[in-house]
Amino acid sequence: MADIFDKYVMAEAWDEMFERAGVPRPQYQALFAALQPLGVRELRSRADQLARMFTHRGVTFDYAGVERPFPLDLIPRIIDAAEWDLVTRGVRQRIRALEAFLDDVYGRHQVFHDGVVPWRLLHSSPHYHREAHGWRPPNGVRVHVGGTDLIRDERGALHVLEDNVRTPSGVSYVLENRLAMTRTLPTLFSEQFVRPVEEYPARLLAALRAAAPAGVSDPTVVLLTPGVYNAAYFEHALLARLMGVELVEGRDLVCEGNRLYMVTTYGRRPVHVVYRRVDDDYLDPLHFRGDSVLGCPGLVNAARLGNVTIANGVGNGVADDKLVYTYVPDLIGYYLGESPLLPNVETYRLDDPDVRDDVLARAGELVLKPVDGAGGKGIVIGPVATDEQLAVVRRAVRDDPRGWIAQRPVLLSTSPTLIGEWPVPRHIDLRPFAVNDGEDVWLLPGGLTRVALPEGELVVNSSRGGGSKDTWVLGETPAAAIPATVAPPAAQWSPSRTAAWEDEQ
Amino acid sequence: MTRPLLSRIAETLYWIGRYVERADDTARLLDVSVHRMLDEPETCRSIFAVLGLSPVASVSAPAVIRRLAYDLDEPASIAASIQSARDSARGVREVLASEVWECLNVTWHHLSALESQPPHAYLSFVRERAALFFGLADTSMSRDDCWRFIVLGRSLERVDMTTRLLAVHLDSDWRLLLQASGADESFTRTHGARDGEVLEFLLLDRLFPRSVVYSLLTAEKCLRALAPDTTRAGVADSAQAAIGRVRAGLEYADLNELRDRLPELLGTLQEACAAAGEAIAKRFFQHREAMAWVGA
Repeated sequence: MADIFDKYVMAEAWDEMFERAGVPRPQYQALFAALQPLGVRELRSRADQLARMFTHRGVTFDYAGVERPFPLDLIPRIIDAAEWDLVTRGVRQRIRALEAFLDDVYGRHQVFHDGVVPWRLLHSSPHYHREAHGWRPPNGVRVHVGGTDLIRDERGALHVLEDNVRTPSGVSYVLENRLAMTRTLPTLFSEQFVRPVEEYPARLLAALRAAAPAGVSDPTVVLLTPGVYNAAYFEHALLARLMGVELVEGRDLVCEGNRLYMVTTYGRRPVHVVYRRVDDDYLDPLHFRGDSVLGCPGLVNAARLGNVTIANGVGNGVADDKLVYTYVPDLIGYYLGESPLLPNVETYRLDDPDVRDDVLARAGELVLKPVDGAGGKGIVIGPVATDEQLAVVRRAVRDDPRGWIAQRPVLLSTSPTLIGEWPVPRHIDLRPFAVNDGEDVWLLPGGLTRVALPEGELVVNSSRGGGSKDTWVLGETPAAAIPATVAPPAAQWSPSRTAAWEDEQ
Repeated sequence: MTRPLLSRIAETLYWIGRYVERADDTARLLDVSVHRMLDEPETCRSIFAVLGLSPVASVSAPAVIRRLAYDLDEPASIAASIQSARDSARGVREVLASEVWECLNVTWHHLSALESQPPHAYLSFVRERAALFFGLADTSMSRDDCWRFIVLGRSLERVDMTTRLLAVHLDSDWRLLLQASGADESFTRTHGARDGEVLEFLLLDRLFPRSVVYSLLTAEKCLRALAPDTTRAGVADSAQAAIGRVRAGLEYADLNELRDRLPELLGTLQEACAAAGEAIAKRFFQHREAMAWVGA
C-alpha cells in the first residue's frame, strides 16, 4: 500500500506543506516523516476516533437549527517561528492603529480634520454610534479581543483580509482542536516543540480585569451571551468556565441607579466588567433596538458613567467597516508613524465614479464584498459567478456604492486535508486572536485555521461546509522555550464548537 | 465562602436533578412491571395513575412502554426527561464539570438507538446512566450551591415518585414495590426474606438512601445550607418548614398503624412536596421583574 502523501497532487495555489511534489517545506518535515508511514487505514481510523470524540463531548455547531459535529482535519497547519514573529508584529501594529482610530472617532476626530479619512465615511457608517461619543473606557482599551483574518496569496505572502474588532469568535476551536489532537495523535507532539495555546483564558481574564472601572480592586467579570440558541453558545460557555466567571443572559442582569447587578440566589450582586458576546444593536433597548430582550436596559448609561466596563467597546463596528479597511495602511502611518508589516489585499473604493465604472466593467474578474458582511455573507466572486449574479451585484453597487468594495481575487493557499481516504489540497485562511490588556497586545500562538472542505471553494466558512485545522506555531528550541511559555495548567474544558461566523464575526 | 449562584442557573440545576431522577424511577417502575403488564392489564392503568397521566381506554404492554419510555411528545416519558435534562445541562455547561455534561450528552445520543432492543436493555441503560450522572456529580462537583440544587431536585423527585408508587401499588405484592424502588436486596439483607417491614423500610428507613425519610432528610440538609436560619426560634424558610413537618410526622408515626394510615400519610407527603417546590421557586428562582429600568 502506498504511503499517505504519495497520491497528493498539488493544486495551482501556494501549498502550505509542499514546496513541490513530495518535498515538504522545512517546518513540515517532522510532521511529514511521522504521518507518511502511518498508512491510510490508520489515518482514517484516527480521524473516525476524533469525530466520535466530538460527538460524545458535544463538540457541535448549530447549523440551520441542527447540532452537527464540526469537522477538524487531522493534518495540522504549521507556522515557523520567524513567520509567526511577523504575524505577531503585524497584527499588534494593526490593533494599535485601530485602537487609536477608534479613540479618535469617539474623541477629537483629528484624522478627519487632517483629511486622512473623509468625513463622509464616518457619517455613513452604520456602526458609528453617537451614544459612544466622548466615552473613553477606563483603561483606554476598546479592542479587548481582536481577530484579524489573514490569507496567503499565490506567491506565499500573507495579507490581511479583514479586521474583526467587535465580537470575534472561534477561539474555542483553537483550544478544543489542540486538546483533541494531543489525544488522538500524541506522538506528533513529541517530534518538535509546538507552542501551547492554553494560556488564552487567563490572558483574557487578566485583560478584562485590567479594564475594570476605576477604584474597583477585585472586579466581578461576567460573560454576556444571547443564550443557548446562539450559534456561538458553546464558545461562550467554554470561555466562561475556563475563566471561572459567570455566564449571564440579559434576563440575569438588572440596572439600577446606573449600576449593574446580576440576580442570584442571594439577591443582587454587583457586576463590574461585561465581556459581551451580544452585538451593539441588542445590548441596551434604551439606546439601541427597543425590542431587544438579549441585553439589559440601562447598561450603556451605567457604562458611560464609568460604573461598568463593556468589552469589546460599544461602536467598534466603525473599524470593521470594509471601507475603513482600505484606509488601515494609512492609519498605521498616521497614528504610529510606521509602515504596514502585513499588506492589505489590493482593494478598490467604489465612491470614485471612475473606479466604480472600471470595477463594474471588470466585475467578472474581481471579488465584490458588502462593507458590512461577516462570514462570507453577500460576497460575489466574479470569476465563478453567473451572469445573473453579476447583473444583480452590479445593480446593488450602483444603488449603493458606499456599501461595497472590490478586491483582486486571491487564490488562497492550500493545505493537505483528509477527504475520504487520501489527503487532497483544500484552501485555508488564518485568524489569529489578539488580547489587549492596555499594556500590551498579546497574540495567542497559532489561531484558527479554517479550511474550505468542498473542492475549489474559496470562502472558508462553516456555513459553506468549512472545517478547521489545529494550528501549530513552532518554538525556537524546546529547551529555551518551555520555561518561558508554559502557563499554569488550564482548567479542564470540554470541546464544543459552533458555526460562529454567521451570527458573530 | 460559596459564591452566589445565578437564579436561572440554580433553577436549571434543580430541574436537571429532578429530570434524571424521574427517568431513573420511571425506568425502574417499567422494568419491574413489564411481566405483570402482560398478565394483568390492570397494572397498565395503575402505572399511568402513578405518573399522574390521563388513563387510556385500552392499553397494552408495548403501548405503555412506547408512551412512557420512548415517546418524546409525552413530557413524563423517559426519553423526554433525558432530553430535558440534556438540554438544560447544555444551558449551564459552564458550571457543570465537563464529564457530567458529557454523561448526559452521550446518554441522549445513544438512547433512540436502543428502542429497537428489548425494553430491559433500554431501561437498564437509563438506570446505569442515571447512576453514572449522579456519581459523577458527587465525585466531581464541589459541595457548593450548584451541587445542592441538583441534590435537592433529586431528593424531592424521589419522594414524589416513591409516594406515587406506594399510592398505586398498595395492594400489589411487596416484592414488586421493593424492586421498583431498587430496594429488594437491601431489604432482604436488613430484614431477611419476609414481607413484614416493607412499608417501614420504604418510608422510614434511616439508612437506605432511597427511602422517603432519607430523601426528606437530604432535602432538608440542602435547604438548611442554602438558606441558613438566623433566628433563634422557628423555621423561617417555608420549604424547610414544609419538609421538616412532614418528615417529623413520618418519623414519629406509630409503626403498627402505618398500614392503616397510609393513604393519609401519602396525601400529606404529596402536599408537602408540592408546597416545598413552590416555596423553593419563590425564594431562589425569582426572575428579574419584567424588563424594567429604574432610573438614576
